[in-house]
Parts: sequence; structure tokens; C-alpha cells
Amino acid sequence: MEKLNKLPKIYLTAVFIILYAPIFYLIFYSFNSGGGMSNFESFTLEHYAAVFEDTRLLVILINTIIVALLSALISTAIGVLGAIAILFMRNKAMRNAVLSLNNILIVSPDVIIGASFLILFTMIGVKLGFASVLISHIAFSIPIVVIMVLPKLQEMSPTLIDAALDLGATKRDVLTRVIIPFIKPGILAGFFLALTYSLDDFAVTFFVTGNGFSTLSVEIYSMARAGITLTINALSGLIFLITVVLVIGYYMISRKAKSPLAGVRK
Amino acid sequence: MKDILRGAAIILIVSAILLFVNAKLNEGGGSAGKNSITVYNWGEYIDPDLLKQFTKETGIKVIYETFDSNEGMMGKIEQGGTAYDITMPSEYMIEMMKEKDLLLPIDYSKVPNVKNIDPYFLDLPFDPSNQYSLPYFWGTVGIAYNPTLLEGQTFERWDDLWDPSLTQDVILVDSARETIGMGLNSLGFSLNSTDVDQLRQATDKLKALSPNVKAVIGDEVTPLMINGEAAVSLTWSGQAADMMYENEDIDYVVPEEGSNLWFDNMVIPRTSKNIDGAHAFINFMLDAEVAAQNADYVGYSTPNLAALDLMDPEVTQDERFYPNEETRSHLEVYRNLGLEMLGVYNELFLEFKMDMK
Amino acid sequence: MNNKPLRPLYTVPYATWIILFVIAPIALIVYYSFLDLTGNFTFENYKNFFTSVYLKLTLSSFWYAFLITFFSLLFAYPTAYFLTKTKHKHLWLLLIIIPSWINLLLKTYAFIGLFGLYGPINALLEVMGIGEQQILFTDFSFVFVSVYIFIPFMILPIFNALDKLNPALIDASRDLGANAWTTFRRVVWPLTINGVKSGIQVVFIPALSLFMITRLIAGNKVITLGTAIEQQFLVTQNWGMGSTIAVFLILFMFIIMLITNGKEKGASNNGKTK
Repeated sequence: MEKLNKLPKIYLTAVFIILYAPIFYLIFYSFNSGGGMSNFESFTLEHYAAVFEDTRLLVILINTIIVALLSALISTAIGVLGAIAILFMRNKAMRNAVLSLNNILIVSPDVIIGASFLILFTMIGVKLGFASVLISHIAFSIPIVVIMVLPKLQEMSPTLIDAALDLGATKRDVLTRVIIPFIKPGILAGFFLALTYSLDDFAVTFFVTGNGFSTLSVEIYSMARAGITLTINALSGLIFLITVVLVIGYYMISRKAKSPLAGVRK
Repeated sequence: MKDILRGAAIILIVSAILLFVNAKLNEGGGSAGKNSITVYNWGEYIDPDLLKQFTKETGIKVIYETFDSNEGMMGKIEQGGTAYDITMPSEYMIEMMKEKDLLLPIDYSKVPNVKNIDPYFLDLPFDPSNQYSLPYFWGTVGIAYNPTLLEGQTFERWDDLWDPSLTQDVILVDSARETIGMGLNSLGFSLNSTDVDQLRQATDKLKALSPNVKAVIGDEVTPLMINGEAAVSLTWSGQAADMMYENEDIDYVVPEEGSNLWFDNMVIPRTSKNIDGAHAFINFMLDAEVAAQNADYVGYSTPNLAALDLMDPEVTQDERFYPNEETRSHLEVYRNLGLEMLGVYNELFLEFKMDMK
Repeated sequence: MNNKPLRPLYTVPYATWIILFVIAPIALIVYYSFLDLTGNFTFENYKNFFTSVYLKLTLSSFWYAFLITFFSLLFAYPTAYFLTKTKHKHLWLLLIIIPSWINLLLKTYAFIGLFGLYGPINALLEVMGIGEQQILFTDFSFVFVSVYIFIPFMILPIFNALDKLNPALIDASRDLGANAWTTFRRVVWPLTINGVKSGIQVVFIPALSLFMITRLIAGNKVITLGTAIEQQFLVTQNWGMGSTIAVFLILFMFIIMLITNGKEKGASNNGKTK
């Protein structure tokens, strides 16, 4: 493993500082006894206490997490299958057409997606609420999974599959033991970006929700008119902390389980 | 593949656990129907304690959802699939919703507390005889400014915004009717003008304002004014109140040529499933003590006369938020100008925005 | 590559999604684009699009989307490259993505605070002697914040491409006498081009219809097609015109896809031009 010299280290540190600057700014002011994100008055934990007292907010937070996790999971599954299907398409024109169709939801503004999904749901008769939100999130996350998985699929040498088949692998084996392990980075990339799409979404969720179901994004945007309270800062701070802890914790655990890597290493 | 499956399994288990936690937190299910009402309101626009109080007094559970724009709210109700019992549109939206037959008339036998409302705020053109709506909060459109960041400029008239010494100091609202309306007012025209010639003049005058305009934004003007990013802004009175609460230097004024008088009213959408509950809610919100408590929490001006008696006189006599007769005579309420005219306003507004630099 | 018996299984969920959530909405959008405010059939919306207002908007959208994509690529590529060389690269990668999970509006408010005239950045500039600058509501802050938002989307696919790159190839290239730049240009870049293409698609295409950021950070001094669509759909209720703009956005996307997919054979040629 090449030891990192100074320039890359400085560059990466700068990138991380820039990425985390707004986050730390937010969290800094979550301790502010004043009302907003300027003029730090004095240190207080009152906003954190307020988070736990606000049952409605907690329910919304949990809703958001559930929808994000499930939609990312399902859309990744469908997206991976879709990408594999696209790869095996022999007609180049068809393949390009499907690829372009895939990207339509990404190019469309959220308002349009939200409005058209709403019309779709009311036409079919799907009740607005958790189900409609989940389905919508799955729908707009699939394209990004496909886009992340495809390059890995394209990198795969076709002889790999032929070799596996020659060695007696069943079609199912080819899928689960050759293709999927090879494209795993793409799958993971797709999954995490799908998570991001879901957590960030406001407009689509706004249009297709109902029955009291709300996500954090919708709630925060609705608060903008009267002013976003620091309770949201506190909540975000908690989310951030827990996520970082989980990520680091998971990483440590999986490292212990991994066997040393083989192959050419520098 | 195995670790992917393991990951998937973990996600499903975590989701199941969270669903369980949510069910516990929700206790009592959330579908509309008997003994619950669904209220669809702007964010941070009601004291949450009042919702609990309402449930205690009436036994009706409140399911609460929020929206951030009138048009989004109407779009959802119009499309169907929702069952909101109460919502709080702005006055021009009420006209639009009436025309689309989206509202149910109010049964005044169930709302005795209507007597608490200041008659000045009743029977307005957008809802004659208040057949469908009752006022919730109201306010004006005016100029919020921070004298400590200025060199003594004052803002008695809209024209004062065009002062050349205010380069890049002014923030406008990202809404066609307010901004073009200001242009119209400054020329002495009505806010409800449908005269294309007047609109063209107003737009051209606005374009002349461009050098002074720092940005054209929405609700984020509040934190911007509070931390001194801008010295002057075209603002709703409610937002000005928020700004002034956080930053004591800021002041608010309604220019003398005239301005907009806005309302957010309570209405019962046609999709309501619990009409009696909706009426009980309206009546509850009109109670003097409830309205006073709500006004204290939200910080906007209340139309409830009886509540005013219970509130801090420093607040209720502040003419910036409870303007006197004279100022009130110059205020206009928006009429619904129809979709085509709305399109014209917005095309002109887009033209103005593109002209900025 | 003939996995015919398994194909129906792959394709069913994805195909269903395409029909229900892509084709049906497009059909709806195209249908609406031919309607005017009163619901009658008209070509007026299309005619309207070819006026100077919308053409200017289109140019503006493309220009800013290009800038954002360019700078995202510029900063993401080295980031991804250096990341592959770190010891705990997957951990760092995840840590790069985590900020994107915090709500966008909230982060924007943080940027408003950070970039404000009285914010920490300007305070730093004062200390450094440069003096107070107007950062908010400028082209710079707009592109900066947009790149901030899109960069994880660009880093991930490029990281994936770089990670699988066999270091022996680089050694071979150096051994054969190529300097660092040539190695990059003729070995590294062509082998990672697929990842770069994914990144470009996932950044450029959505950047065309940016709406929230144009208002929050640029104060509407930058206007894109997204601004116009939002206005048509929500404020003026002119779904006809809004849909027409959307149709054009989709057409542009198709064209871009055609152009970029023409280079599909790039990887197997190893960048060798013939």
C-alpha cells in the first residue's frame, strides 16, 4: 500500500473540512440558547431535550428512516436486475432506448414526478400514505442504482461467465457467485445513493403523502415559512452522531471478520 | 453474495423494529374517521399544546400534517386521495378553492365563538358572509429594515426603495403578486390590477430597481435579515415579527401609498370525513383564551377581538402589527384574478428575474 | 452471454417499473403539454417555448449544469484517486457520503450562515486582510454549493472504477517510459471512463432542472428551466406549459445520452485512437 505523501493528505483533509463545515456549523448552533443560527448566546441542551419530548417529530423521523432503508433496499434489488437485463440486451438501439428511458426520472424536476405519480396513484386507487410514499421512493431511486451498477457490469469480461458455465455452474450460480460479487461495489454505491435520494426528497413525498404520514424533509420545508427551529438542528446533530458511530462501528466489526487481502498490493 | 443477503436481512429487521416503535409512539392508529380530525396547516403555525388541549376537551384526536405553499396544498386536495378536515389557505386561495368547489359551507350554529372575531375582518370580498371560511391569522405586506446597517434612510413610501444609495441592499419576495404588487402600489395602481398597460409599467419600474436588489427569495429572508446580510426587505408582517424577535435592531413599516392585507383562514375541505369534528375545532380555535395563546406562540396578528383583551397591550397596541384605521384604509385584499391573468403576472415576474444581475 | 431462460426473471420487476413509473408519466406529461389553461388542445405551449425567454433559460440551464459538472469532476476525480490509496478507504468513502444525508434545506441555511457578511468565512477573510466579500447570491456561491451537493454522486462511481484498476498496469506504463501525465491520459483515464460517464450523467442531468438552490443560494439571480417549471406547475397552475418544458428537458437528455453513448467502445480500445 503506497504511503500517502503530503499533497494527497492535505487535499483530502481540505475536502473533508469543506464537506463537514455546514454540518458542524449546524451542530454548533444546536447548542445555542438563542433562537437562530447566528448570535450564539449561551450553551444549552434544551433543544436536545425538546427533540425527545416531541413525539410527533420522533414518529416522523422513524418514518423517514424506514422509508429510506426499505426503498433503498428494494430499488437496489430491482435496479441490479434491471442493469443485468440491459447488459444482456443484444439490440444496441433498444439498449440505448432503455438506458435513456431509465434516466427520465433523473432529468425530471421533482414537481413533475410528484404530480404525475399523484395522478397515477389516484387513478389506480392507491391510498396516500406510507405505501404511496414508499412506492414513489423506490421508483425514483431505481435509475440511480442502474447507473451505478452498469459500469461494473460493463467491466466484467464475458469470458468470466462462459468459464463459470464451462465449469458446471448453474445459471443461478452464475448470478449469485460470479456476477453479483463482481459488481458489489456498484451495488453498494447504488444503495447508498438511493438512501441519499430518499432522505433528501421533499417535492415527491409532499405530493404523494397523506393520512398524517410525513417525512423529515416535508416537515422541515413546511417549517421554513415560520422559521426552522433549533430542535431540527439538534435532531440532525443526533442523526449525524448516530450515523457516524454506526458506520465506524460496522467498519470495525467487518474488518475483524475479513481475511487478509491477496493479490498485487503496493 | 452472502454478505449482501445478510445486509438485506439486517435492514429488514431494523425496519420491522422501527415500525413497531412507531406503532407504540402513535398509539391509537392514524386513519381518519370517527373521533379524529386531520388538520393540514402551515409549518409552525399552531401551538402544539393547543392540539393536546383540544383532544382533552373534546375527546377528538388530531392528526396533523403540514404544507409549505398554498398551491401545493390545493393541488393535493383537488387531486383526491386525502381526507383533511381543516386547512388554512390564504385569502386568494380560498377564492380559487371556492370556484373549484373544494369547500364545505360552515354551519354557524356549531360555531358560537364567531362573535369573538373583529367584524372588520369578516364579510370580505374573497368570501362574502364568510360562508366558507373564518379568519385565523392576518397581516400586512411591508418593508422590514435594519437602521443600524443603513445611513438614515427611512421608508415611508415604496419609492424609497428605489433610492440609489441602496445598491444591493434590498431583498424582494419570490412571489409575483407581492413584488409586482409593490410596483403597482408605488405607481398608485391597485394590487388587483388587470390592466396590462399598468402591469407593464410596474414591471419596467421594477427593472429599474434591479441595481438595488440583492436577491429574490422566499422564507429564508428571515435568517438573512436577522444576521444582517441584508438591510432592507419586502416582507410579510408575520415574518417581520419573527425577525424583530431575534434581532431588536430591525423595524417594520407599511408604506403609505398602500399595501396588501393578507389572511389565512380556516376552511373545511369537501373531502372532510368528520364535519362535526371540524366545526368543533374551528369553534375551539376561536375561543378567546385559545386564540390569545396561539397568537403568543405563533407571533402573528390575531383577528380575535376577545383575545386581544387577554394579550399583552405592548403587543396589541403596536401599530406596526395592529395598524390603525388610517393605515387600514389603504390596504387591499387580493382578489383571485383568474388563471390567465395570474399567468401574465408570472411571465412578467420571470422577465424581471431574468433581467436582474 | 445467452442467458435466455433467466432473462424473464431479471426483466419483470424492472420492466414493470419502466411501464408504470416512466412510460405512464411521460405519456401524461406529453398529453398535458398539448393542453392550454382551459383544457383544450393547442400547439401554443410549444410555440411559446421557442420565444426568447425560454431559449435564454435553456442556455442558462445548460451553462450552469456544465459548470457544476465540470467542477464536480475536477474535484471528485483526485478525491476518489487519493481515497483509493488510503488505508481505510471504504470507511472514508462512507464518511464522505454521510453529510449528504442531512437535510438539504438545513445545510443551505448553514451555508447562508457560513457565507453571510457576518459569518465565519468573511471573518476569516478579514483576519487574512482580504476584507469582507459578498459571497452569497453570486455565481460563485451557487456553483460552489451545487458542487457540494453533487460531489458524492461523482466520487462514488469514479472511486469504483479506480479501485479496480490493476496497479501493475500503471507500473508497466511507467516502465515503458511514460511520464505521469501520459500514464494518466492513456492508461488511467480510459480505463475509468465508464465511471466518469456515470458520474457525469448523475450530475449534469439533474443539474439542468435545479430549482431550490437557485433561489436559496443564488437568490434567483440564476434562473434555470427548473425555476420556470416550478412556477408553471405550482403558481400559475399552467400544467400545459410546465409539461412542455419538461418534454424539452427529456429531449435534451435523450440527445446527451446519444452523444455520450456513442463512445461506448472506449474501454476495450484502451484509449487508442485509430
